[in-house]
Parts: sequence; C-alpha cells; structure tokens
Amino acid sequence: MSTPLNRHSNILDFALSSLLRRKSKNFSLLVVYTLIVFVIASLIFFVQALKREAAQILKEAPDMVVQRMVAGRHDLIPVAYGEQISAIRGVTAVSPRLWGYYYDQVFGANYTLLVPEKNLLEPGSIMIGPGVARNQRIQAGDMLALKTSRNIPLLLTVQDLYPSSSELISSDLIVLSAEDFQTMFNLPAGQVTDLAVTVANPREQVTVAAKIAELFPDTRPILKSEMLRTYDSLFEWRGGMIVVVLAVAVLSFIIFAWDKATGLSAEERKEIGILKSIGWETSDVLLLKFWEGIVVSLTAFLVGVVLAYGHVFFFSAALFEHALKGWSVIYPQFKLTPVIDVYQLTVLFFLTVLPYTAATIIPAWLSATVPPDAAMRS
Amino acid sequence: MILLTNVTKTYNTGKHNQFTAVDDVSLTVEAGRLTILKGPSGSGKTTLMALIGCMARPSSGRIQLHNIRTSFFTGADSRAPLDITSLPERFLTEIRRTTFGFIFQQFNLVKGISALENVMLPAYPTGESQGAFRRRALELMELFAVARHAASPVEWLSGGELQRVAIARALINNPAIVIADEPTAHLDSKLSREFMEMVGTLKAGGKTVLIASHDPLVYDSELADTVIGMRDGRITGLSGLS
Amino acid sequence: MIQHPAILALTIASLMTGLMLIYAGWYGTWILDKWDLHSGSELQLNLERRTYLISVILSYALLFQIASLFLYIFTADNLHSQFTGAMCAAGSLGVNSFGYPVLILKILNCLLAGVWLIINHVDTRGYDYPLIKAKYGLLNVLVPLVLLEVVFQFVYFFNLKADVITSCCGSLFSTDKHSIAGEIAGLPSGPMQAAFFGIMAATVVCGMVFFLKKRGGYLFAALSALTFLVSSAALVSFICLYFYELPSHHCPFCILQKEYHYIGYALYATLLGGTVSGLGVGVLMPFSTCSSLSGVIPNIQRRLAATTLIMYLLFTLIVVWRMLSTSFTLG
Ligand SMILES: Nc1ncnc2c1ncn2[C@@H]1O[C@H](COP(=O)(O)OP(=O)(O)OP(=O)(O)O)[C@@H](O)[C@H]1O
Ligand SMILES: [Mg+2]
Repeated sequence: MSTPLNRHSNILDFALSSLLRRKSKNFSLLVVYTLIVFVIASLIFFVQALKREAAQILKEAPDMVVQRMVAGRHDLIPVAYGEQISAIRGVTAVSPRLWGYYYDQVFGANYTLLVPEKNLLEPGSIMIGPGVARNQRIQAGDMLALKTSRNIPLLLTVQDLYPSSSELISSDLIVLSAEDFQTMFNLPAGQVTDLAVTVANPREQVTVAAKIAELFPDTRPILKSEMLRTYDSLFEWRGGMIVVVLAVAVLSFIIFAWDKATGLSAEERKEIGILKSIGWETSDVLLLKFWEGIVVSLTAFLVGVVLAYGHVFFFSAALFEHALKGWSVIYPQFKLTPVIDVYQLTVLFFLTVLPYTAATIIPAWLSATVPPDAAMRS
Repeated sequence: MILLTNVTKTYNTGKHNQFTAVDDVSLTVEAGRLTILKGPSGSGKTTLMALIGCMARPSSGRIQLHNIRTSFFTGADSRAPLDITSLPERFLTEIRRTTFGFIFQQFNLVKGISALENVMLPAYPTGESQGAFRRRALELMELFAVARHAASPVEWLSGGELQRVAIARALINNPAIVIADEPTAHLDSKLSREFMEMVGTLKAGGKTVLIASHDPLVYDSELADTVIGMRDGRITGLSGLS
Repeated sequence: MIQHPAILALTIASLMTGLMLIYAGWYGTWILDKWDLHSGSELQLNLERRTYLISVILSYALLFQIASLFLYIFTADNLHSQFTGAMCAAGSLGVNSFGYPVLILKILNCLLAGVWLIINHVDTRGYDYPLIKAKYGLLNVLVPLVLLEVVFQFVYFFNLKADVITSCCGSLFSTDKHSIAGEIAGLPSGPMQAAFFGIMAATVVCGMVFFLKKRGGYLFAALSALTFLVSSAALVSFICLYFYELPSHHCPFCILQKEYHYIGYALYATLLGGTVSGLGVGVLMPFSTCSSLSGVIPNIQRRLAATTLIMYLLFTLIVVWRMLSTSFTLG
C-alpha cells in the first residue's frame, strides 16, 4: 500500500538518521537554539509571574484610594474628608491609612513603614518583612533602632517576621502601631497618608470617584483597576526594555540559523545529490528538510522551556533578577508561583521557532534543487 | 521501448561557454535488450543517458517511452507512447522512480548508513510501507550475495561489494529499465566479468539494460544486443542487431 | 506603542511573512511572464525550481497566518486591561481605527492562502501545470493584501497607547468609549436564527447534490461563502449569547477563552476550514475540463465538498447542542 502517511514516516525516519549522523554540526545548532529559547522563555515567564504576583497584591488592596494633591504632589489628607466621603451614596466604608518610607543610612536601604488597619500591634513592637530581617541581620525578639524625624533613636522590638512566601509583598515592610508611626514622623493632628474607600457595587466605583473629585478638587481618587493597569504597564515597560534585547537576540539567531542552513558541507550536498539522482523529488528533499527542522525545533523548544521553567520558578530567575527588578539592597528572595499558559508558549513559539523556520526555507530549497543529473558527474 | 528523435542538449545557452553535449541524436532502445553506448570521454554518453533516464530535459527533440504506467496519465491515452520531452521535473521523477534503476560510475552510496538502508533509499519517498521494501531489499541483497553486509556501513565494503549493493539499490523499485554509467571503471577485470554476469541475469529477468562504457570487456561482450558509438555528441555508428 | 513580547512576536511574524511573500510575488510575476513548459531552456528550468520555493513559502505563510490570526485576538484580549473601558479583545481592537481592519485582513488572507494552496495542490497533479496562470494571478492578489495587513498591523500596534494614571488622570473617568460591533450585535435574533439555519441547510443540500451528482459547483461555492458571512454575523448576534448565558454580551472573542472551554477555536476552525474548501470547489470549476486534470479535479472537488459539509455540520452541531443544553433562553 502506498500512502502519504508512509511517505512521511519513511522520510521522517531518514531525517532522524541524518540528524544523528551529523551530530557535531547539529549539536552546536541545538545548543544555540535551546539557549535562545531558554533566555526568551525565562523573560516571558518571569515578567508574567511578576504580573501575577502584583495582581495578587492588588487583590487585597482597597477598591479605591483617595489622595490629596498639593502642587501636583501627593500630600497628607485630613481625616475630615473621610466623613464627607462616607456620606456619598454607594460608599460602604472609609478608612484612613498611615504609611510612608524610611531610609536607613547605616544599611543604605529603603523600608516601607505601614500601620495596619486593625490595631494588631502594641506600641513598641513591630513586624518586619524577611528582606528587612536579612538586611539588618535581626530575628524575632531582637530590637530595631529607627531614627525619628527629630533625630531621636526609637527602639522597637521585633514581634514577628512575615513568612517568606509573601516576600514580594512584604520584603521591605515594617509594620508598626499608629503611636509609633506618629512618633517617627510627627504628622499634623487629624491628617493621614490617604484614605481607603470601599464601594460595594463595582459598577458605581467610577461614579463615586467622579463625585469625590468634584467634592474635593484637591484630591485624586485612584481605582484599583487603574492601579492594576499602571502595574501592568510598568512591567510591560520593563519587559519592553528587554523586548529590545529580545529583538536583537532573535535577529542574531535568524542570521545564525541562516548561516548554519546555507553552510552545507560538501558531504551533505553530495548526499542530497545522490538522493535526487536515485529518485527523490525536490519536494521529497524539502519534506526531509522540513522534518529535520521540526525535530530540531521541537527538541530545542522543549528543552529550552523546561530549563527556563526551572530557572524562573525554582531558582527565582537568578540570572537576571537585577535587570528586571531594579537594583535594591533588600531585593526579595522569593519563589514565584509556577504558572505558564498556552498564550505565553505561543508567543515564545512565535519568537523562536518561526524565525528559525523562516530563516531555513530558502537554504533548504537551494539544497533541494540540485539537478538530479549532477550526481552522475562528480 | 525508448524512442529518441533529433534530441539535442545544449548547456549554457546564449552564454560564451555555450556547449552542445548531445547533438541531434535519433535512436531506439529496444525493450528487453542490452544496449551499449560507447565513445571517448566527453562524447556525451552520460548526458544522453541522463536525458533517457528522465534526469534532465532536452533542449530540443523528442523522447518517447512505450509501455509505461504513470499515475498522472490516465484514461484512454495510457497505452500511447509517453512523450517525456516537456514534462516538469516532478513528473519526470515519478517516471524515473518507477521505471528506471541507476548504477553510477562512483556507485554514489550514502556514507554513514548501512548497506541495507542504502538499498532501501530509493523506496522511501514512494509511500510504500517500510516493512515491505525492507523485505525486498534483503531479498535483493541475498540475490547479489551481499546479505551478510546488510548491517555494515558502506565504508567497510570492498569495491565489488559496493558495486553489488549499488545494483541491488537500482532494482529496489522493480524498474523495467536499468541504466549503468561506466559501471566497470572502478573494477578489475575479474569483477568486471562478474558484473557482466549480473547484467546477464538482469537481461534474463526481462529488464532493458542500457550501459555507457569504453571498456572493451563490456562492449565486446556477447550479451550486447546493440552497440552505439558516439563522438562529440553525435552517433557515429551502430552495430549489432535491431 | 506598548512594548509587549506578543506584539514583538506578531510584528516579527508579519514582517517575515511579508518579506517571504514579496519574494514569492516577485518570482510569481516572473513566472507569469516567462513561463513556457515546452522549452528546455535554463530559464524555464530555473522557473520550475522557483515554483517549489513559492509553494513552500505559501504553505508556511498560511500556517503563520492562521497562528497569527489567533495570537492577534489573544493579544488584543490580553491587552484590554491597558485601556480604560475595554473589557476584552473587542475593546482593545477598537482602540484605534486599524484594529478591526487588521482582523478582517487576517481572516481574508487566511482564506485566500488556503484557496491558493488548494489550487497549487491540484496544479502539481497535472503534468502540464495547467493552473499556473491562475495560481500566480491569485498570488498577485494575495501579496498586496498581506503587505497591507503588515502595514495596518504595524500602525495599529504603533498607535496603541496605554492609559497610565501618572500621565493622565483625566482618562480615569472617561466612560466606555467603545461599543462592540453595535450594528451586527443589534440584529434581531429571531430572523438571524432563521437566516443562519436556512443558509446552512441550503449549503448542506447543495453540497450533497454536488457530492452525488457533480452538479452545482459554483452555487455550492457561493453558498459556502455566504454561509461564512451569515455564520459570522450569527455568532455575534445570537450564538455567543448562548455560550455566555448573558443577554447582551455579544463579544465574538470571549468564547476563545478558557472559561468557555476554548470552544471558540472549534467554532472558528470549522467555519474557516469549511469556507476554504467550499471556495476551493468553486475555484476549481473552470479547470475541470483540462485534459491533464480530468481524472484529478472531480475527486478533489468531491473531497473538498465533503470537508465543507463535515466542517459546517460540526459547526451547526456545536451551536445546536449549546442552544439545547443551556437553560438560557433569548427573551
Ligand atoms: N552542466 C554542464 N555544463 C556545461 N557542460 C557540461 C555540463 N555537463 C556536461 N558538460 C559537457 O558535456 C560534454 C559531455 O559530457 P558527458 O559527461 O556526457 O561525457 P561522457 O561521454 O559521459 O564522458 P566520460 O566518458 O568522461 O564520462 C563534456 O564535454 C562536458 O564537459
Ligand atoms: Mg560519463
């Protein structure tokens, strides 16, 4: 029985044996190919995982935050604003928030100071993120000294550490009581950092925000969705810097693949000549080249993806964390939740296999169209 | 039967190195006979065989094949002679693959794979199942006494064994016509005689055989039915039957 | 311009497809001009060799096109959070006036490339390549369309600007700027259902007749094309609603999502596949008298018609199954 399926399987068979026969040449191609897949996949997985973490953080964030703006800059907001805001229809709750940044000159690190919504902590005790603990080399039970705005040291006892599973959120965090926060920064009475507003019906959020902006022209309501978008585009932008690098990588890979494919050895040329002379047709040779390409591409793709998966999710993208997250002394050392989806794999496929395939079409055709009678005189 | 009418093949037409390798050749190759092309080097034997063997298209003239079955000529005209003069390579290959078996001067075996795989190679793209043509290949290797080298890479084989593997390969698709270009150029006289014996077997099996050679052992062989002399791309003489 | 790996991926893919097709088109016109099968000249042999390259290029181009069609929708969907008011792909595509034209061009090019490959497949069966002129004529139509798509897609992506709060807080309170293909969505569902099932039935009957009696090829092709248009409209107008179980969510893209078990892929694949083979039947009609193809074309046409029937029936089956199995009804 002659079937097209047989033809494919026969030619695939020969493609495999050809690839194995030229191990050294194909091995170097495979290594470069896998490396390209690995790097690009790592980047895509990493940015995607970060975005997911960020979304996770924002899930806990309030629906809306109201900030006061003075001269175009974020300023403290009077608690009194909150009472009027809670009177707007649709608003369920308004809670004042206290938070800020603290720069530690000795250790050269920036911390985020935050007062929890419910009174979790006694004055004098704090909870810290693992990044702070590493940076200061302290543990639960130890003391931490912060300098207040009046340059007086404030001694605080570490009550507990945040688990490292939430490290991206809590790495640089120091959670303290409202009293200690007041001691630290000495805010004017009746003023807080911003207001968290809860709106029960998500459809009303935009209306409520518009009303707040109308009521207090000096405020800026920020919706959670808006924050998500900013986060997204921030990661996108960081990803974007990398995109340029990616483009260069893909381009050089195309050139490399082209070079590999055109640089047929005399041996290979002769072999194709023999195949043509004994009855292989141009399209058979093209099919052979197609299967060779598929085998190489799939191997490189699978190996590259598996390596990148391990790199990002088990080794926390050790190779380029600095490039992507910015330099920071208390850089979180966390494990990202392992997730990849079809979409990312498709993008990856487009960025690696497609260029390779396109780059090898013409060389494959050139090698496939040697005249059949060429093998009769050699 | 193969019929050539005023066949010319010109290389590099219109360029300064234009060269006519086959010049206005008309001849008939009878079915089931041994036809030998003889002539000095450069006289156009290989070119003429390439034209007959559907490897290249003539610049002008006509080549017709009789009693050929193809998948693309269907219906009433299937018994009429097939004019291959202006067939595209795709269809020429189909004819070549089903009708012709080739034995080359340099044997043209693929290095690095086994002798058996070499024999099977022409059958890969036909779409036949591998099991079927593997069996046939082993039978052929048995017939030409190279079965015990089936698994060896061709680099290990001696000249005579290579020749026999090449013959087995030429026969894998069961062709009606076998074409051999200078088959004895790399063989000593004992092996050449052996080769002619195998040609006898082929002929006895009903195959049409066409050999290009300037080896007297070949063209003076009593097996030869027709000997065609060539020089400078033209036919200079015809001897034998027909 | 938003920098996103998928946008880079799509841009690279479209550039490569574009370049490959320019190359193919260039030699295509050359072939149209100089083709002479009866000549054994080196030029002719050269051109014949080129035809292999062009078919390979077009096969890959079709694969790239299909992949990029879906990646494009996927990406638009992925980006929707960047635009105020966008809920899914539909919103992202409406961000500027190039989004939807690109989508339409992508679909059109997929169909045309599919038809081209059918013609090519048939052509390579005839020992005198009888369809060579038709083939490269069609290529000359396809190439500009693909190039247009490349340009439009680039312009679309280039003009995508994310709303970022730090740069523009006024945009915060902008209301929904984009309405989803309002007019099609607004088509009354009752008559639309009648039209959809009517045209499907007509196409299937006509296909059967063609399959059995080899008559009405042109009609069948025309009906297949019409079915494509009507089904697309029906998808937006009422089919989607049954999948979402929402009376006003007309988006034809969300069905491609995981939430709906990727059912959209099955719907679009069957619809596109059926249309390509249906069109193929019609395109081959004028050549069925070619002597070198007389044994080939009728068989291929029958197979194409059967493919169309199976694809369209599958499509209808999915729709009917959903309409019956869901508790949702159109009020
Ligand atoms: N592709 C080509 N381009 C130009 N000239 C060619 C080409 N192929 C063959 N020739 C020329 O055609 C002539 C005939 O060559 P051919 O190989 O047919 O001779 P031959 O009789 O087989 O010689 P030999 O006995 O040495 O094998 C030679 O002069 C050769 O140089
Ligand atoms: Mg010779």
